[in-house]
Amino acid sequence: MLEGLKGFIDLFADPQLFFATTVVALVLIVWKREAFSSTRWGWGLMIFLTVFFAFGLTDSDFNLIITKPDNVPIVGLIFLLVFFTWFSMRQAVDNDRRAAGGQPPIEKDEEDRVWTWPDLVYTELISMVVCTVVLIVWSIGLEAPIEQPANNANTPNPSKAPWYFLGLQEMLVYFDPGLAGVVLPSLIIVGLMAIPYIDKNPKGNGYYTFNERRVEITIFLFGFVVLWSSLIVLGTFLRGPNWNFFGPFEYWDIHKLEALTNVDLSEYVWVRGFGMALPDHWFVREIFGILLTIGYVAVLPVLLARKGLTKYYEKLGPTRYYVTVILFLSMLSLPVKMLTRWAFNLKYVVAIPEFFFNI
Amino acid sequence: MADTKTIEPKAPALVRAWDWITETQIWTSIFRHAAPINDRNRVLVMLSNVFLHMHPVRLRKSGVRLRYTWCMGGISFFLFLVLTFTGLLLMFYYRPTLEYAYSDIVGLREHVPLGIMREMHRWGAHAMVITVWLHMFRVFMTGSYKPPREFNWNIGVIMLVLTLLLSFTGYLLPWDQLAIWAITVGSNMARATPFLGHEGPGASLMALGDVQLVHAADDARFALLGGTFVGEGALLRFYVLHCVALPLVIGFLMAIHFWRVRKDGGISGPL
Ligand code: HEM
Repeated sequence: MLEGLKGFIDLFADPQLFFATTVVALVLIVWKREAFSSTRWGWGLMIFLTVFFAFGLTDSDFNLIITKPDNVPIVGLIFLLVFFTWFSMRQAVDNDRRAAGGQPPIEKDEEDRVWTWPDLVYTELISMVVCTVVLIVWSIGLEAPIEQPANNANTPNPSKAPWYFLGLQEMLVYFDPGLAGVVLPSLIIVGLMAIPYIDKNPKGNGYYTFNERRVEITIFLFGFVVLWSSLIVLGTFLRGPNWNFFGPFEYWDIHKLEALTNVDLSEYVWVRGFGMALPDHWFVREIFGILLTIGYVAVLPVLLARKGLTKYYEKLGPTRYYVTVILFLSMLSLPVKMLTRWAFNLKYVVAIPEFFFNI
Repeated sequence: MADTKTIEPKAPALVRAWDWITETQIWTSIFRHAAPINDRNRVLVMLSNVFLHMHPVRLRKSGVRLRYTWCMGGISFFLFLVLTFTGLLLMFYYRPTLEYAYSDIVGLREHVPLGIMREMHRWGAHAMVITVWLHMFRVFMTGSYKPPREFNWNIGVIMLVLTLLLSFTGYLLPWDQLAIWAITVGSNMARATPFLGHEGPGASLMALGDVQLVHAADDARFALLGGTFVGEGALLRFYVLHCVALPLVIGFLMAIHFWRVRKDGGISGPL
């Protein structure tokens, strides 16, 4: 019975199902936000997580991975993230309800000024004391890790980046290091910095709301919670030796084999589609992938401006529109690549090892 | 007519002692005005105290609510201060060389009774990464990046990157297996930087005639590590970045960040 449950959870933690589950969760949170933001759900989620991890601690494999000192903060991150997602949605829903009833947001009712001393200064003092206490207790309770002395000749398996970069390391499964480690992270930074300049919606400034900023909030939650944070959780807890996938209750077996049968697009087209050998010249060989990529980043935004996103094109104007859509498509390139990998074992859309250029 | 004398009841000893202390020249030279128990002094305390002067005198009620700010910006700042302090103490014990780095960290555990400075520094750093993310999350959810606060959001994004870099550079310093391999995995990506990494797309185009400009010993990764692998050069580079350069830059940006919070009209709220 217990083993069955563990097996079931292991099954669910598989990257495809794990990712699908987080996406479905986001859709439900946004769609059913009235229900999601209830007190009952808040407590329910916290209790569920607590029970889940407490139960997990009783399993030797699960225990090993979540009590690894550097992984402990991520357990904390899971709780905090779930809590604050719930909490911010709750306040947004509250304010939206007020708006429906013709009332201003709650923050408007609290417009009056209060004295910094004592109102703010004391809050700050108390938070500092609480933080200090938490940090000291944490530090006494959990020793900082120190492993064997550094040895360049002895590569641990798995070798993991620090936890906050594990989302990027997870992208290495789908993209080359140039994209996963340099280009896409740079785009994340650029994208974050661009937010205030491309978001022309004047509403929802200075108070919680969902109805007045549906698209913005949904995209942000998708990027921050589903892509960034849940991939960190995946990379930390569910990736073992050789970056193979392991369920939380699974033993990290170094010899676990995963068949690598990924195929490039060029091979799909030339060899399997046309039944001929791959052309010699890289340009001819990759022409379909190149066209597809150009179509995705350059033609698709134009088409979308004509049909589908015309409303945004008109609202934002050409510059903002194109910046927004191209950034958004870059963000979507990760899930797109994941899906094509899972569905067709697609390795690279464009594969030009001659120039270290693979997409 | 008989003189009636009113006798003031004597104040309790503690009160008298307090009154006496607060009237000494020493006290009045430090605190320029009485305790902030009335409105006038509540203004004065904010204006005259260097630690408090970054606050406004008064602010909107929603702005002091934990419900609104989650206090995450404040906690990030506090953690930064804790990290600066504990980091300074660690610097007394730690030497960034291949010979000593590891043993200094081990020594810290073995020779310092009840020492938790390393723990406070490490867990504080993890916590700061998380609180900075959550701060960004709340700033987004309250739409506080919208005009006039666009620029401050950008300062924030840079500080977010710096926070991650601080954490990343610090990760190497214990010089154990965990450290060098995490940094190796992380910095290997730089090898594939377009044009500037020797295994990056376009690197082969960076050539003068048939002289390759970008190769393993002068590419982006080399600049980061001061070598072709994570070795002595990387340790020194990361140490200097971690203890001097990055904290200075982020501290400077924090000053601008807080200044701008004030100048952009204080904590955001509905118009
Ligand atoms: C090193 C880390 C950071 C520190 C110490 C810090 C500190 C603070 C503090 C103390 C405040 C006052 C209000 C509050 O506590 O919420 C604040 C406000 C603000 N922060 Fe940060 N912050 C940091 C990073 C960031 C990041 C990563 C962003 C965004 C990407 C950001 C954007 C903002 C904005 C826009 C405000 C104004 C919010 C408002 O008026 O409601 N900050 N910051």
